[in-house]
Amino acid sequence: MLKKPIGWDGKTLMEMLNESEKFIKETKHYYGIDKLALKEKDPFNYERAYASLRGALVSSRETALHISASPIVKEIGELCFALYTPEGDSIVVSTGILVHVHTMSEAIKFMIRENYEDDPGINPGEVFLNNDPQEGNVHTTDVQTIIPIFWRDELIGWAGGVTHQIDAGGITPGHDLVAAVSRFDDGAYYTCRKIGSNDKIWKDHMINAKRAVRTPMYWELDEKCRLAGDLMIRDALFDFIEREGIDYYKRFIREAIEEGRRIVQERVKERLIPGRYRAASFFDVPFKEEAWQPRAKMDKITNEPIEIIVKEDGTLFLTFDGASGPGPNPMNCGIGAMEGGQWVLLTQILIYGDKVNDGAYFAVEKEYPKGTWCNPGDPYLSYQSPWGNLIPAYTGMMKAISYGLFSRGYREEVVPGYGFTGDAIQGGGIYSSGPLKGERWMLSTFEISGQGLGASAVKDGLDWGYAMWNPESDLGDVETWELFQGGIPYLARKIKPNTAGHGKYRGGANYAGIAMIAYSKDVDFFGAREGLVFHGAGGMHGGYPHATGYRLYAKNTNMKEIIENQKEYPLWDPDPEHGEFEKLLKGEIVRKAHCSIYPVLLENYDLVHFAMSGGPGYGDPLERKLELIKKDLDDGIYSNDKILSIYGVVANYDEIKGEWIIDEKATETRKNELRNERKEKSLPFNEYWENEKKKITEDKLSEPVKRMYSESLNLSIKWAKEFREFWKFPEDFQMEVK
Amino acid sequence: MSTYDEKTLERLINGELTWGELRPIISGSKDPDRFEKILGILQRRVPWEEKILIPLHEHLYVVSKEGKRIVKCDCGHEFGDYRENWKIKCRVRVRDTAEDIGELYSKYMGCDPEWEELREYFCPGCLTLLDTESVPPGYPTIFNFLPDIDTFYEKWLGIKAPDK
Ligand SMILES: [Zn+2]
Repeated sequence: MLKKPIGWDGKTLMEMLNESEKFIKETKHYYGIDKLALKEKDPFNYERAYASLRGALVSSRETALHISASPIVKEIGELCFALYTPEGDSIVVSTGILVHVHTMSEAIKFMIRENYEDDPGINPGEVFLNNDPQEGNVHTTDVQTIIPIFWRDELIGWAGGVTHQIDAGGITPGHDLVAAVSRFDDGAYYTCRKIGSNDKIWKDHMINAKRAVRTPMYWELDEKCRLAGDLMIRDALFDFIEREGIDYYKRFIREAIEEGRRIVQERVKERLIPGRYRAASFFDVPFKEEAWQPRAKMDKITNEPIEIIVKEDGTLFLTFDGASGPGPNPMNCGIGAMEGGQWVLLTQILIYGDKVNDGAYFAVEKEYPKGTWCNPGDPYLSYQSPWGNLIPAYTGMMKAISYGLFSRGYREEVVPGYGFTGDAIQGGGIYSSGPLKGERWMLSTFEISGQGLGASAVKDGLDWGYAMWNPESDLGDVETWELFQGGIPYLARKIKPNTAGHGKYRGGANYAGIAMIAYSKDVDFFGAREGLVFHGAGGMHGGYPHATGYRLYAKNTNMKEIIENQKEYPLWDPDPEHGEFEKLLKGEIVRKAHCSIYPVLLENYDLVHFAMSGGPGYGDPLERKLELIKKDLDDGIYSNDKILSIYGVVANYDEIKGEWIIDEKATETRKNELRNERKEKSLPFNEYWENEKKKITEDKLSEPVKRMYSESLNLSIKWAKEFREFWKFPEDFQMEVK
Repeated sequence: MSTYDEKTLERLINGELTWGELRPIISGSKDPDRFEKILGILQRRVPWEEKILIPLHEHLYVVSKEGKRIVKCDCGHEFGDYRENWKIKCRVRVRDTAEDIGELYSKYMGCDPEWEELREYFCPGCLTLLDTESVPPGYPTIFNFLPDIDTFYEKWLGIKAPDK
């Protein structure tokens, strides 16, 4: 190599990365640091230094987001920034969609391992773009701009920013596609591409990139937004070095990461109990009927078992051993996505506070078994909606850690999971009239950022206010969504009854909306959410999982007539068995038990219903306090029939007072009935086990269930062994799918 | 260093703290004496004598009985060695028909029994619902949590387990 290396002390970046990995492997400490010397010597200056960098990142984000035009970025704040070491480890992060802090780390490491230093070269003022889920991203929709930062002739760090796009140029409009079955459907791919120099994005790139998506204006402004944020971070870093000196900076960033790593160990020892924790989540991919592509016509269930070992030294080992296989669907998940999802949840449930950085990544040893959905190792699969598997899978981590938090006495920290951030309705169309006639509108309401959170061991879960990937979640305003998806105005948004997971403490509840296609043509519509299986690892300590999603829309309706005559139209779907759509509308009403659908064409006056998710419950519902149940009824969280059949509470609506009155005596009788029913309808474990085993031996399992077992049995020796031992099957037992 | 009086912790366990009281407990630094204090409160509450080693669940405890570590419900029912999954000593109801699932969830809002079933695990002593599992039919019973009791006491708390 002719060029002078750009790493520290005459090293190449690759040498630095190798050295850093060797230190971690051999000493368990980041860069072998066993003493936080700067912190010990002058803790005040150390903390001030950290706070100043963190402040710079937060303010870069707050300023940069105004450059974006996308409401997803502007309203909901789907962007974040981070500062990385030369080796690509995050030192300090902004607020926002934090799932991406570790993903960009993987992208930087990819550039180092591929020796970008030599070719295409890494020089001051250059700009790199990445959205490849194989190399440190979640899906093509999340686009990252990463710049190297030099001090004199050494690379001293990287600034990275990510925003979530409204459209990534995939097989259909949308940001989380359902119909993608291979890489070639995922939209535009930029695998760590150099796209600029002298702090500017090259014109040829921008021309090309804008033509690769359906929303060129959002794409361009988002690229500028990310670059502006990165440049602000670089300026702040130069100020920092002027103030503290380059030697301080170099030592400081390594100590900050080592401190971040230690915080995990300390927190684990403070809040958990060593041992083995397990949970299992699932996701349904019901594409046998839905898919267009012959090879994608397959019903699948993803098996997402998680095991966490809390070790004596306070570090964690986490494995998805037993996971089922990938498939011709967009829910495959690369390691970058798995790491990002894990990191963002750990920062919420264990290591929140200061020093949130990749130290957390180094404190967790993980295993994503090769060939499974969470590490398929095949870049030609589709990775367009890995969230479909990732989001339920990590409820298992939350639930597992909650067992430890409970046992340690920190009952207020218990959260068994969260709702899926669906029902992400997507698609879009072209305005057929009005001032924007001929222009495209995109459907991608991000009210999915407001899901129900699980109950804790001391109170109900948060209603309509949680997204696992963004700690600052927000439903957003209907009016804002309508600004850019004007072809599908809302008719209603109301609390949807019976979404919250039952329990002594119920999970968070949620809303549903109804919207109508208007002033448009060529409208695609699709959506994704769990529908045939419960989301995630379910309830805890006797709590139940929250309700699943389902699909409801109406085509060829008489809404035009209804509006003209000012007649009643559906505002909600409180009881799907006796639907308001069926009662009030004429037309073709489509109801599906599964919620993930391939795109359908809609026309003006067609109606869609979409429901946000509740959260899982905690504890035996018979122990729920009566005053809380009264409030559930008064607030419309649960319907009276469910209160009677699950909570055993008898209540009557007082028309005059306008509230529910609980009949305590009748309630006592009803609760006794339910206790007797528990005895009558349950079996001793051994009898249950015999019955359950017969479902396998007598070939009563459905095709997707058999497919799931067949994949897991083939992909894991350990999981397969436990499965066979549990059911007392021979060692060579296999499951066949015809 | 935070610490809370027993009355506050009693009310925490009972779910009686208001959000105003709870919020600082959630957002503040944790009280290192929590485990010990909660253990004391729970020990006073249970109607039996065995020493609690680890509170495992809202109703279940790993206790020391005649030199053995077993799982015991607050109702007194004993589930046996803590290293075995207590769920395999429960009574189990499986909801694997649309009708049974429909008692708990509105139509379309529960699992499809062809894809998943809902299991309810009851204490054979008091019929409390101890756990639910939402899993595809044929899924092995999940062993939620196996604590490493001696490492916890000796290495983390620096004391011998109460039964040692
Ligand atoms: Zn009991």
